[in-house]
Amino acid sequence: MEQKCCGRAVQLVEGKRRIVLAGNPNVGKSIFFGSWSGVYVDVSNFPGTTVEITRGKVGEDVLMDTPGVYGVSSFNDEERVARDVILSADVVVNVVDATHLERDLFLTQQIIDMGIPMILALNFCDEAASLGIEIDVPALETELGVPVIRTAAVRGEGIKETYAALAMARPGKALPEVEKETLLLLDRVDSRPEALLVLEGDEAVALRHGVEPMAERERIYLLRRQRTNDIVVRAVARPEKSGRLRTVIGRLCLDPLTGIPILVAVLWGCYVLVGVWVAGDVVGVTEGTLMQGHYEPWVRGLVGRWVTEGSVIGQLLIGEFGVLTMTVTYLLGLLLPLVIGFYIALSLLEDSGYLPRLATLVDRAMNAIGLNGRAVIPVILGFGCVQLGTITTRILGSKRERTIATAILNFVVPCSAQIGVIVGMLAVVGVKLTLTYVLTIFACLAILGTVLNRAIPGKSTPLLIDLPPMRLPRPGNVLRKTLMRSYFFMKEAYVWFIVGSLGVSLLQVTGGLRAWQDLLAPLTEGWLSLPKEAATAFVMGMVRRDFGAAGLTELALSPWQVVVSLVVITLFVPCIASLMILFKERGVREATAIWVGAWVLAFFVGGTLAQIVL
Amino acid sequence: MCLNELKRGQSARVETIADEQLRVQLLRFGIAAGCRVICHTRLWAGPVVLRFGGQEIALGREVAQQIQVTP
Repeated sequence: MEQKCCGRAVQLVEGKRRIVLAGNPNVGKSIFFGSWSGVYVDVSNFPGTTVEITRGKVGEDVLMDTPGVYGVSSFNDEERVARDVILSADVVVNVVDATHLERDLFLTQQIIDMGIPMILALNFCDEAASLGIEIDVPALETELGVPVIRTAAVRGEGIKETYAALAMARPGKALPEVEKETLLLLDRVDSRPEALLVLEGDEAVALRHGVEPMAERERIYLLRRQRTNDIVVRAVARPEKSGRLRTVIGRLCLDPLTGIPILVAVLWGCYVLVGVWVAGDVVGVTEGTLMQGHYEPWVRGLVGRWVTEGSVIGQLLIGEFGVLTMTVTYLLGLLLPLVIGFYIALSLLEDSGYLPRLATLVDRAMNAIGLNGRAVIPVILGFGCVQLGTITTRILGSKRERTIATAILNFVVPCSAQIGVIVGMLAVVGVKLTLTYVLTIFACLAILGTVLNRAIPGKSTPLLIDLPPMRLPRPGNVLRKTLMRSYFFMKEAYVWFIVGSLGVSLLQVTGGLRAWQDLLAPLTEGWLSLPKEAATAFVMGMVRRDFGAAGLTELALSPWQVVVSLVVITLFVPCIASLMILFKERGVREATAIWVGAWVLAFFVGGTLAQIVL
Repeated sequence: MCLNELKRGQSARVETIADEQLRVQLLRFGIAAGCRVICHTRLWAGPVVLRFGGQEIALGREVAQQIQVTP
């Protein structure tokens, strides 16, 4: 399937030459892309967050960015995407990190072996110099056989020079043995780059040419590794130096003894930024003052000239859940500031190099529920907005992991809108009851994860990631990244909000909402020992999860009833907008299972707790 | 011994890597039989972080178990 998508992406492009940027993760390719084409793309510090490829135009030529990869092969989706884009290249600009050429030049040598004309941008030259690493550029050029340009992309140095050097792009010095064997294959596979991949046992490429993949990968990789190491020995002088401040900070983040306090501090920082400041102060202004105070009365007045608010169309447009009232307020007044706040936090964590260390720190715990450490990213984002988390599960390595992470997000993770209300309600019930709530939710998480891990066949991918150096995030980059991501998220999500709230409006107009509440009432009173009106709150939770939670504050509940109702609200189905994203990401069967499962789990756990404590 | 038996700061020579897929993936990072690595840190029952050639790589426990080393 991924082949179809990449094939299309590759074909859509028209232009004179196809220039492809390739390199390992976090080498700064995207900065080159942004400066040359004027279109900004995601610059990421977490290996693998740029899953989609981006293209732009430079003069007559087409410029394409690729996900960061360590080699051209098919170990995961990102590599398959990068592989197909690189295969289609007329010229490759290979960006490498001057601070670890041993790793980066492996990909370089592979592209050289493919016979594609290329130039090499030696990025982070400033950092390499400050580390005392000396690189003999002429020697590197001789060894590789391609032009090498020194750059420091974040400072804007060498970007123009690299562009100018494109004219001098040429095929480099391939490994003689590999070249000979590749050329022998050309009678069956008509392109040299693809012939190399067939030789290296790439099944997808072999299939395209109707030939059997060869089994020479490991032998060729060994030769290439040897060659790469030789080049580094000849062209790079590296002093033995350790104990630098950022190495120390990096280690402190990893070590559980210091890492867990750091994690708590980071989460606390995120909570203060997003949960308190954005969700409280900023949303107070954008949702309360701007949208509900000024925008809604204005749009009601405007539309009210033609239709009355009580009519069916009036209710759909400007009623309590109207498309022009609630939906717009929710999207612009609540969701947008929250998403921006969360992306700022994520971008800061990402650019600092903290995220991969966090992934390493929590890896063991995540293994228990069939995930590896990388899954911590969608889960953290889920605490901001479950939709955001669900979309981000795309970064996970296998379908199995995506299913587990999505289920956890939609079952047990309360979103920031809900957390605000939950924290407020727990504040008055005391420590013991708060603890009961937290433990109940955690137990559900642990049991759910364990069961899914056992029940879903297959194996999850183990953790194998590169930890980039700790770096101070650049505000400009964080800001650009945040705005791009927020824009893409909103573009993807807004339709589903409109569809969802239209659905709820229709339910309300037709009396379906009322009927649903009555239907639930016996369950609420008999099984959960809560007042009948609590059912209203649960149903409202399907529109907006914080509506559900907020609805509870108006009821006269005993402290234990508060705990029971909060457990139910937390485990209950995701809001309708998240549900739409859930269907889109995971398909009808899985999404339906999760949605129905959430009903069962919420009422089962809530009821069991009620039977014990009430 | 196994990679995840290394102590922090201890250096070792990689002897064998059991899984073929893992072997080629590590070759790309620069780890192959015969090369020297330093255990940057090791998390209790969790991943091992290796340092070599100016880079740090985190390997999950399952991955580390497949790598034999001699100090």
